[in-house]
Amino acid sequence: MEGKKFSLFDFVYKYGTVAVIVIVMLVFSLTNPYFFTYDNITDILRSISIVTFVAIGVTFSLIVGGFDLSVGSTVSLTTVVAASMMVWHEQGPLVTLLAPIVLSLLVGLINALLVVKIRIPDLLATLAMLYIVNGIHMTYSKGYSIYANMPMEDGSVAPGKFQEWFLWLGQGEIASVPVPVILTFLLVVVTHIYLTYTRQGRMLYMTGGNLEAARLSGIPVDRYRTLAYVLSALFAGLGGMLLAARIGTGQVSSGGSMLMDAVAAAFVGFSVFGAGKPNVFGTFVGAILIGVLLNGMTMLNLPYYAYDIVKGVVLALALAVTYYQLRRKRKA
Amino acid sequence: MSTLHMQGIEKQFSGVPALRTVDFEVKAGEVHALLGANGAGKSTLMKILTGAYQADGGSISIDGQAVQIQSPQDAKALGIQCVYQEVDTALVPYLSVAENILLDQLVQDKVSSFVSWQRLYAQSEELLRGFGFSIPVQMTVEECSLSEKQLILIARATVQKAKFVIFDEPTAPLSTKESERLFHIIAQLKKAGVGIIYISHRLPEIFEICDRITIMRDGQHVITTETQATNMDEVISHMLGKSFAEEFPKAVVEIGEPIFEVIGARGGKVRHADLTVREGEIVGVVGLVGAGKTELARLLFGADAAEAGEIKLKGTQLRIRTPKDAVDAGIVLVPEERRKEGIFVEESVKSNLSVATISKWSPFGFIRSGLEVGLAKELVQRLGVKTADISQLVGFLSGGNQQKVAIGKWLETDASIFMFDEPTKGVDIGAKSDIYRLIGNLAEQKKGVLYFSCEFQEVIGIADRVLIMFEGQIVKELSRDQATQELIMYYASGGE
Repeated sequence: MEGKKFSLFDFVYKYGTVAVIVIVMLVFSLTNPYFFTYDNITDILRSISIVTFVAIGVTFSLIVGGFDLSVGSTVSLTTVVAASMMVWHEQGPLVTLLAPIVLSLLVGLINALLVVKIRIPDLLATLAMLYIVNGIHMTYSKGYSIYANMPMEDGSVAPGKFQEWFLWLGQGEIASVPVPVILTFLLVVVTHIYLTYTRQGRMLYMTGGNLEAARLSGIPVDRYRTLAYVLSALFAGLGGMLLAARIGTGQVSSGGSMLMDAVAAAFVGFSVFGAGKPNVFGTFVGAILIGVLLNGMTMLNLPYYAYDIVKGVVLALALAVTYYQLRRKRKA
Repeated sequence: MSTLHMQGIEKQFSGVPALRTVDFEVKAGEVHALLGANGAGKSTLMKILTGAYQADGGSISIDGQAVQIQSPQDAKALGIQCVYQEVDTALVPYLSVAENILLDQLVQDKVSSFVSWQRLYAQSEELLRGFGFSIPVQMTVEECSLSEKQLILIARATVQKAKFVIFDEPTAPLSTKESERLFHIIAQLKKAGVGIIYISHRLPEIFEICDRITIMRDGQHVITTETQATNMDEVISHMLGKSFAEEFPKAVVEIGEPIFEVIGARGGKVRHADLTVREGEIVGVVGLVGAGKTELARLLFGADAAEAGEIKLKGTQLRIRTPKDAVDAGIVLVPEERRKEGIFVEESVKSNLSVATISKWSPFGFIRSGLEVGLAKELVQRLGVKTADISQLVGFLSGGNQQKVAIGKWLETDASIFMFDEPTKGVDIGAKSDIYRLIGNLAEQKKGVLYFSCEFQEVIGIADRVLIMFEGQIVKELSRDQATQELIMYYASGGE
């Protein structure tokens, strides 16, 4: 080991992502006085809360060496289902919360069935599920977004509406901190502790690190991979419900763009503090980076259709740093 | 007549010498056997010749003209071809026989971007006919048998105007009849003036087809001789060198009651295996490469599916369907492919050592990190793992130290049967003696040990009893006093 010799690359590798966030925030603060205000910062955090949920799910699938492309569709599905439970069926909290959760668990189990049991490569299996789940949510909503007082097929008006307690999840505040931000922090902390300090978390990493060695060490690898896909779908599902609560309608196809942002956040997370592997804290930082960029660009009045260019460049840079480092490591 | 000459070749892997000033030569029109026990350096030498590795020192020349081989392309350009043992790695399964034979030509064709199927089929058919074979050339390679695939590779080598062809254990997967056909082809190549380097563990066929023999041991050249001027006993003693027992003395342990019994195990390559292990006993399971040792170990461990058989541990009948079942019952395996199956290269020494016992000391699922650090430190010391720190990634350790980690994770489990599959493969001499010592310690603690290896001298040195496998069956049992390398070789190569 080289030890104390300062290397610019190592610095970039470990703190690059964080440094970029700091620099970007500095630049935006200097160009726009409103940027670095409490309101705007909470705004950014609120805007990334849903992506963070989805991205943490993706992180779980990455940890076991898999991939879950179906998370975006799962978001769309639970958004619409949660909305319909209230607006169409006038259900109370129990059903409104349980129905989407059960559905997302089901999606996760089917993913696990395809990938773990039938052994379809993860990308392909979850690609198929992306279509299936998306199709189901479209069929179920008949292609219409769900909102209070919407016209029904028989000419009547939808009987229910979005309930206060539900909207509070997405729009409420506790001591002037938005509820979704609090929920996001909770999720980050809990999953971080789970992955870092518990046996199950360790086993998930071992399974992803070397599947065959893990199996031959007596780890029930199929069970852990199943767990990862179920959690991935569950967090995506929760994200979808949060989305419905935040915008107050059951927007169709709202999860489509979520997939890409979540994957980007999770991969940017590889490079945070030089982890070199999927980790929840890094994923959170990745989501913040994307949120800050979007927010700043909006303020600078950049055309929204250029945002994807910036997102893509950030992702490519983060990946370049991560994989360059991995290659150096393997050579050593 | 051209001659290929390798002179003073040296090669080190992370400081461990694999080749020490090795000389080797092969002439056009001769079949030259390259022999040596596992780890003698044969494949390293050949990988240098084919450009897969770079030598650290020495030179290669053809007809006295020095040549540089920096890459596989260089080797091919010089007319050096290799027919690898794992034929599938060099073939494209869903392309036709013809395309596979003429693959290099297709890839390199600078004249035309279009493929003339007619010409392709005609050319490859003619090539195969030259060897006296007819495989339908439009068939995909997927549908070919192993020996046909081998033939395709040989045909491909001749298309390239090969001057020197290396055969690496070509008969290992072949039946007797298929081997005969292969020898016929080799004779044809020889007649055409090709120089052939022939690597094999099967001595009878060496004496049948080879003109000269070169023997290597521990990365050094031992002797080159005319085949007629020597005999099998002499060759074996050159391959083995100093006796194992002199180098690694065996610990004396009192052997107890039978604890592990296997009756009629069958599955995959394993056709039939009965065996018993007693307390404190080290049972060696030997056989040539491909005899089914690894498969038997994996079967007993639940890593591969068993079709039939009974397994009893301390009198209790077990149902082992997954490795977890085996570990829970107290049967553990140190697998052959260390990097792929035994360790987690991107995890720390600490997490590698704790993986098998972690559930025992994680109350409510939380890892007690103090306990983990203590366990890892203690094991590192007991195993003699050379590492700067227990948070070091295992991928950075040397092969021997990685193997110690792979063994170490099982030491604190309550397992009563320890299986080792080629535990000293690719391990330097110092780590080897540490590993023998660890296995001896396990026997002293009344554990049962199954030691799978194709290194006969090791097994004779360490085992109380030797079981010999041939073609998926245990064909012979020898006691420690009876076992000699010659006798094992005799049964392992199908003698009755």
